Amino acid sequence: MKRLSWFNITSLTVGFAFLYLPMVILVIYSFNESKLVTVWAGFSTKWYGELLQNDAFLDAAWVTIKVAVISSTLATVLGTMAAYVLVRGGRFLGRTLFSGMIYAPLVMPEVITGLSLLLLFIGIGLDRGVLTIVLAHTTFSMCYVSVVVSSRLVSFDRSLEEAALDLGSSAWEAFRLVTLPLIAPAVIAGWLLAFTLSLDDLVIASFTAGPGATTLPIKIFSAVRLGVSPEINALSTIMIAIVTVGVISASLISKRNAVKAQKDARAAERAEA
Amino acid sequence: MPFFKERTIVSQTVFAPWDDPNQKPLIRFQNVTKRFGEFVAIDDLTLDIFAQEFFALLGPSGCGKTTMMRMLAGFESVTEGKIELSGADIGHVPPNKRAVNMMFQSYALFPHLSVWENIAFGLKRDRKSKAEIDARVDEMLKLTRLEKFSKRKPHQISGGQRQRVALARSLAKAPKLLLLDEPLGALDKKLRQDTQFELMDIQETTGTTFVIVTHDQEEAMTVASRVAVMDEGRIIQVATPANIYEYPNSVYVADFIGDVNIIQGTAAAKGPETYAITWADGQAPVTATSKTSFSEGQEAHLAIRPEKIGISAQKPENADNALQGKVLDIAYLGNLSTYHVQLPGGQIIKAQTANTRRIARRDITWEDPVWISWSATAGVLLAQ
Repeated sequence: MKRLSWFNITSLTVGFAFLYLPMVILVIYSFNESKLVTVWAGFSTKWYGELLQNDAFLDAAWVTIKVAVISSTLATVLGTMAAYVLVRGGRFLGRTLFSGMIYAPLVMPEVITGLSLLLLFIGIGLDRGVLTIVLAHTTFSMCYVSVVVSSRLVSFDRSLEEAALDLGSSAWEAFRLVTLPLIAPAVIAGWLLAFTLSLDDLVIASFTAGPGATTLPIKIFSAVRLGVSPEINALSTIMIAIVTVGVISASLISKRNAVKAQKDARAAERAEA
Repeated sequence: MPFFKERTIVSQTVFAPWDDPNQKPLIRFQNVTKRFGEFVAIDDLTLDIFAQEFFALLGPSGCGKTTMMRMLAGFESVTEGKIELSGADIGHVPPNKRAVNMMFQSYALFPHLSVWENIAFGLKRDRKSKAEIDARVDEMLKLTRLEKFSKRKPHQISGGQRQRVALARSLAKAPKLLLLDEPLGALDKKLRQDTQFELMDIQETTGTTFVIVTHDQEEAMTVASRVAVMDEGRIIQVATPANIYEYPNSVYVADFIGDVNIIQGTAAAKGPETYAITWADGQAPVTATSKTSFSEGQEAHLAIRPEKIGISAQKPENADNALQGKVLDIAYLGNLSTYHVQLPGGQIIKAQTANTRRIARRDITWEDPVWISWSATAGVLLAQ
């Protein structure tokens, strides 16, 4: 192990403190006995228990998950299709315009996206509820999916698709049997990104949510306006835990794959000898 | 080389359908032009390739050979003219409906499928029965000696094995025509030479027509029944390897295939089919025979292969052409040595000799005055 210099240790500490101190405080206070958020009165898990009794939060959590799963799935399908056409479609008329338009929503202020969707839904007389949030989330997260998938498609060896066609596949078979399995990691990454975006979106959801359907971020935001409660700390801690487990398992899986690929490469070298 | 010459003479018993006017070609390019925007990739090209040929498209990169192959596979459309396969125009047949398979330069093996599944891929697309697929894949594995590796993924086998998987996969559907795009480019030299003979064996066993694209002239000469030398979207010459080497039709071909000395000068008739070439001031003209006629004073290029030039310390007697020079450089290649001999005018002529004796006995060395000589029939006289 290399010894770290004082400078390195200091910058590491400051950097990580900057990133994680707020979350650490939040987690610590979620185990606070006292109802007052800023006064420590001993360890307790009672706020977690109360959280489970709070139907409003549970309903909102359920709506959020439902919206996230459906919208990220739709966004993945649409985003992958868009990426495929833009990367593979060759130079058709208006290609530059289309690819520009796919990426524009990435930099569009969320307020504008939310407002325009709201106007649209009112215009066509669609009642605001789960459906409208799903549509709104699909709309903005498909751009992210399309960015992730198209970057994979650009580096994808085109001759693999040609080989599939050459061996008698239709274009759809070539996509289903060759392209899709090989870009699957990017598609899954796109799905996860869309899922996360939908999970923590507040602005667009506030525009498109109706009285019957409130997502968790909206619920938390409106609850916090009445004062931060330890219950919310507990809820946030649970969310942090879920995200942490997800990130760690994802990196473990990719690390294992990398090790396996290395082993295979060594095996191939031995086969050569 | 004399062996090949013999082959072309007794053409009745030898495979040479291109000499038989009654033979129908398997592939016919008819005035095919291919443009990419302003760029002309293939320029009004006409060519016949016959069944069971091992046909090589040879040329520098950008000469259009890959475009020709991709048009045969169906990945590029034809701008003008037409391509026929067994007499039928295939211009509008998509790649998945052609009885043509291709072995890609990068092999394009499906990384997520095993060797077995890779080879079975095309057969499965034809909705063949499981028993049929099993039998055919096993046959292909056996042909390419891959039985032991059928369960492995492409990244778990060596480069040479991958090359064989790609070959097995493209042959599995028993295509009328197999296209090979630089099939041996990724292999090292030793393996490449072994694989060339393997390819020839497999081509003969299966009786499939092979069209190979390569920039390696040695490879083309080794494997092909006929070679087409291409440049800038045009075919310069189509002939058997021996004829391409011995009777190039232009300086371009002579220079592209193998090593050659070009002596440029003006021709003057000297006898029947014999010309004297005046090539430098103060030097005696050289004599060369030619079946094609040259007018008096016409510009001519005499192309002579280095191995057809003799080198000696004393002036050889009875040589048609003998010139004196000085050894500038010796390239020792083990089996051969190439002498770079500088003539008084400054021109350098390469002469090659087989090292039939051990090097210690070599009697010519650097800076030695030497004589180079060749017969009147050794070279080819070319107009351009």
